[in-house]
Amino acid sequence: MNEAVLSIQNLNKRFGALHATKDVSINVMPGEIHALIGPNGAGKSTLIAQIAGTLPPDSGTLWLDGQSLDALSVAERARQGLGRSFQVSSLAESLSVRRNVMMAVQALQGSSFRFWKPVNSDASLREPADAVLAQMDLGHRADTPVAELSHGERRQVEVACALALKPKILLLDEPMAGLGPEGTAKLTTLLETLKHQVPILLIEHDMDAVFRLADRISVLVAGQVIAHGDSDTIRNDPNVREAYLGDDHAESA
Amino acid sequence: MTQSHSFTQTSPARPARFRLDREGWISLSLLLILAVGASVAYLAGENFFVNLASRMVIIALAGVGLNLALGFGGMVSFGHAAYFGLGGYVAGIGAFHAFDMTPALGIPFLPNGSDQMIPLWLTAIALCGLLAYGIGRLSLGTSGVYFIMITLAFAQMIYYFAISWPTYGGEDGLPIYIRNQLWGLNTNNSLVFFFLCFGLLLAALSFCHRLLGSRFGAALTMARLNPVRLATSGVEPRPIKLVAFVISGMITGLAGALFADLNGFVGTSMLDWHRSGEIMVIVILGGVGRLYGPVAGAMLFVAMEFWLGGLTEYWQFFLGLVLLAVVLFARGGVFGLLAGRSRHE
Repeated sequence: MNEAVLSIQNLNKRFGALHATKDVSINVMPGEIHALIGPNGAGKSTLIAQIAGTLPPDSGTLWLDGQSLDALSVAERARQGLGRSFQVSSLAESLSVRRNVMMAVQALQGSSFRFWKPVNSDASLREPADAVLAQMDLGHRADTPVAELSHGERRQVEVACALALKPKILLLDEPMAGLGPEGTAKLTTLLETLKHQVPILLIEHDMDAVFRLADRISVLVAGQVIAHGDSDTIRNDPNVREAYLGDDHAESA
Repeated sequence: MTQSHSFTQTSPARPARFRLDREGWISLSLLLILAVGASVAYLAGENFFVNLASRMVIIALAGVGLNLALGFGGMVSFGHAAYFGLGGYVAGIGAFHAFDMTPALGIPFLPNGSDQMIPLWLTAIALCGLLAYGIGRLSLGTSGVYFIMITLAFAQMIYYFAISWPTYGGEDGLPIYIRNQLWGLNTNNSLVFFFLCFGLLLAALSFCHRLLGSRFGAALTMARLNPVRLATSGVEPRPIKLVAFVISGMITGLAGALFADLNGFVGTSMLDWHRSGEIMVIVILGGVGRLYGPVAGAMLFVAMEFWLGGLTEYWQFFLGLVLLAVVLFARGGVFGLLAGRSRHE
């Protein structure tokens, strides 16, 4: 064991002949944004599914703050402090933004088998939800149904839902996907302020955002971590340049 | 999108002053029509119509039960006749042994049968809860059409079990010679019985209203709308759905016990898969996931059964037309038509 918040150790997953996750080990340290990058088909989604608990790995272990996650379900991992966002946003469209966030607050407070007290007037649920929404710059949208939000706002709600769990780590799956330059800039700023609150494992395609945000970067190619280090190390690593970035990007960066 | 209704939606915290929106007014009107209608019919000496109103109320209650699973939990159960029928058989078998003064089910160490409604209701609710727990446990691993089929299969098993159990009439059913009793009330009086059923319907509606507004209701709503979000938020969807399914079966079972007493008879027709379909039809007619939808649906259904059934024995053809119209043009059922779309949809 080490002092990492999230420790992924020797994870392996095979689908028939395809070795989708090959002996992957990543440590996310307190106070850092750790980016995971890799070209399409590198196995990022498979890896995330194993961390989140939707896909059991063939071997390897996951530790969150000294606790083994291996035997835990998705919901149990969330309660242990794994907050995640989805590549394609997954929210209850017809419910208000606040109601989506309140669900996580409710889970944090314990059992959902409480049948009597109305949630709508329950300040112990509303106030923490509203605080997180204010932090994600969504305070003015709290009563709006998610269906009426812009794509960028949904991304923010996803992060807000994860934050409401008071997580020990945030697992963000391509939060910038589909955002315009303006949306990306805004979310980047928000994530920068978050990293002092909670470490982040960031899976991201947008290289500018990654180089701006990440303290450390791991590069996944063909299911394997081929390099990790800070942005400069990654930029100048010949293997990475060949496999992923392409020479012209490295020169311009 | 209109924001004119729905009580479970968040809006800034308001003091709990009671104000009715459009859906509330329609719900209140339906209840008033039933209560006033039954009272007027009684005063006019038309017991038949009082019983017709009781029938509406009881079938509405069965629908309120199913709606909790189908409408609010997204569990399309095609086997709710199992609970309806089991509730009915509890009332029938209890009365049978009370009449004979023999132990329940003929098992020596069990207490004698009972002709008292309260213990019969409680027994019906408890047994239906157990049955729904068992069926729900096994069925909730599936979803979609498989869930529909597996709930249907369980209900059919119970149907054939009842048919092949001669002690309680088998295919011929079991008469209840004397309507079961409740304290000093004259339950044989049609209006007294109506208001008993009506009171239970109100109780079930208030209970569900409260339930759906609670933390459990919030989790159930999320389990229906987006189970992945619920799990990611740290709540297991399956136990939430299972508990809702159990409560759903209990309410429908209570309706079954009342139905047997209304008719003075319980038979396998209460367990038939047609019955499951009928309860589902009244939920859809009234408006899936609308609290008072089953009340509207049951009133419409029983009224059509009576008026059209009097005109032609093919009345279900017209029921089919109405159902088709609802499904095609008014997906929110009667409530969707009258009160607009629910924000839950």
